[in-house]
Amino acid sequence: MDRSGARRTVYEPIDHTGDLGMRVFGGDLSELFAHAAWGLFDLMTDAERIEPRINRDLTVEAMDLEDLLVRWLGELLYAFDTDRFLSASVTFHALEPSRLHATLSGEGFDAKRHPIDTEIKAVTYHQIAVEHLDSGWQAQVIFDI
Amino acid sequence: MRDMAEALFRNIPSGVGARRQAVHLSKADLQGVLKRGAGWAVSQGYGTPRDLEHTEESGCLTGAEPQYVSQRALERGRPQLGSIGSGNHFVEVDYVAEIYDDEAARALGLFKDQLAITIHTGSRGLGYQVCDDSIKTMQRVTQQYGIAIPDRQLCCAPLNSPPAREYIGAMYSAANFAFANRQLITHLVRRTFGEVLQRSVPDLHIDLIYDVCHNIGKFETHEVGGEARRLCVHRKGATRALPPGHPQLPEVYRDLGQPVLIPGDMGRYSYVLIGTRQGGEETFSSSCHGAGRLMSRTQAKKSARGRPIVQELEDQGIYVRSAGRATLMEEIPEAYKDVRDVVDVVHGAGISRKVVQLRPLAVIKG
Repeated sequence: MDRSGARRTVYEPIDHTGDLGMRVFGGDLSELFAHAAWGLFDLMTDAERIEPRINRDLTVEAMDLEDLLVRWLGELLYAFDTDRFLSASVTFHALEPSRLHATLSGEGFDAKRHPIDTEIKAVTYHQIAVEHLDSGWQAQVIFDI
Repeated sequence: MRDMAEALFRNIPSGVGARRQAVHLSKADLQGVLKRGAGWAVSQGYGTPRDLEHTEESGCLTGAEPQYVSQRALERGRPQLGSIGSGNHFVEVDYVAEIYDDEAARALGLFKDQLAITIHTGSRGLGYQVCDDSIKTMQRVTQQYGIAIPDRQLCCAPLNSPPAREYIGAMYSAANFAFANRQLITHLVRRTFGEVLQRSVPDLHIDLIYDVCHNIGKFETHEVGGEARRLCVHRKGATRALPPGHPQLPEVYRDLGQPVLIPGDMGRYSYVLIGTRQGGEETFSSSCHGAGRLMSRTQAKKSARGRPIVQELEDQGIYVRSAGRATLMEEIPEAYKDVRDVVDVVHGAGISRKVVQLRPLAVIKG
């Protein structure tokens, strides 16, 4: 991904007294959405330690790009909450403002290898932003914790 | 107390990764929970009719419409009934350290050095999913009604519209789940005390003082400009605090006012107050529900790094057990405002009146 070999920021946590959020960066839209997924799991646990052992498919439909980002992360959170599924990486087959189709690679939660850092309860629309800048894409998401 | 902390931690499921289940719920059971709240739990033997008398709305909001709770919310909720969760949720064993109002303390059944247990938890994943689902529908509804909002999270609908009524039906179901959840944890606490102290549960007289919601919207009648009006009161970061004489109070507290529970951090103290007439007039019968954070969770973790938090608290005589170390770090006492200052403001403003101060002995966290 990074041709220069320099360190690049995938996401930055946003720290509020009551909330937690992240600012996400990506060269293109798929990278932005992949980085958002990585950021979500990295805030919850140590994303580096999630192994890509099983694949699962996911389709999300939305009103617009911001709605799509919230729903995308919401789906990942739901998969964790119900099936204990943690995603390590993503491949997008389709990604447009109203719909995305992706294959997730990840594994089931294992308390020994995946220390829980923060329980994220919900993805919110509060101050949601997805922007296309000259340098690439940037988004902001706030979580309910 | 160390044994008690261990036993409570063992018997009450907590934390994010927890797969332990307090009860196995069938799909029909879950419908009963959503419709009947704490009444369902009592009908299954997890408590007594007396508990219901000492619970807001007798532990059941009428008007719950479980058919508006999505399959996803049901799936998230079913394994979680009877569990604390994480974050600032807890079960705490305290003792009565200070009494400010003898008469009111006696009426609540509280005396100096008595043990008291505080439970803080709610509707768990089911409630979050109800919110998630509703926000998605409401996005479109807000547009359809042409309502301009400053932030997408504030999406809304007119209170009498079908989408709003469906939301209320689902939210009340989630509130009933929360009532049942706390009732079930109350049962687990009683059973654990019986186990550890080798006594029968009825002999221990662990009587419920009061169970009350916070962070909820409810329809209530209040006086506005000298006229009684039906209002939707949304209490966020706030709890109900009915004044003496209010018809919605149980007989036992009718003359006294509603007990108001204000927990502090896990290292200092918590308070029991009662609702006042002034609060009834000035705040739609509302009071604050906690100390409020001083540090963000990240700041707290930074400040707790490298410190033996459990040992620090144990040195003060507080046995803390937690499923996750991160939670304990986020919840260090100094991450919160001193709840004494907060309670003094509430008391000084006349919104609620101080009755007793509780100090922690054992704390179970997620």
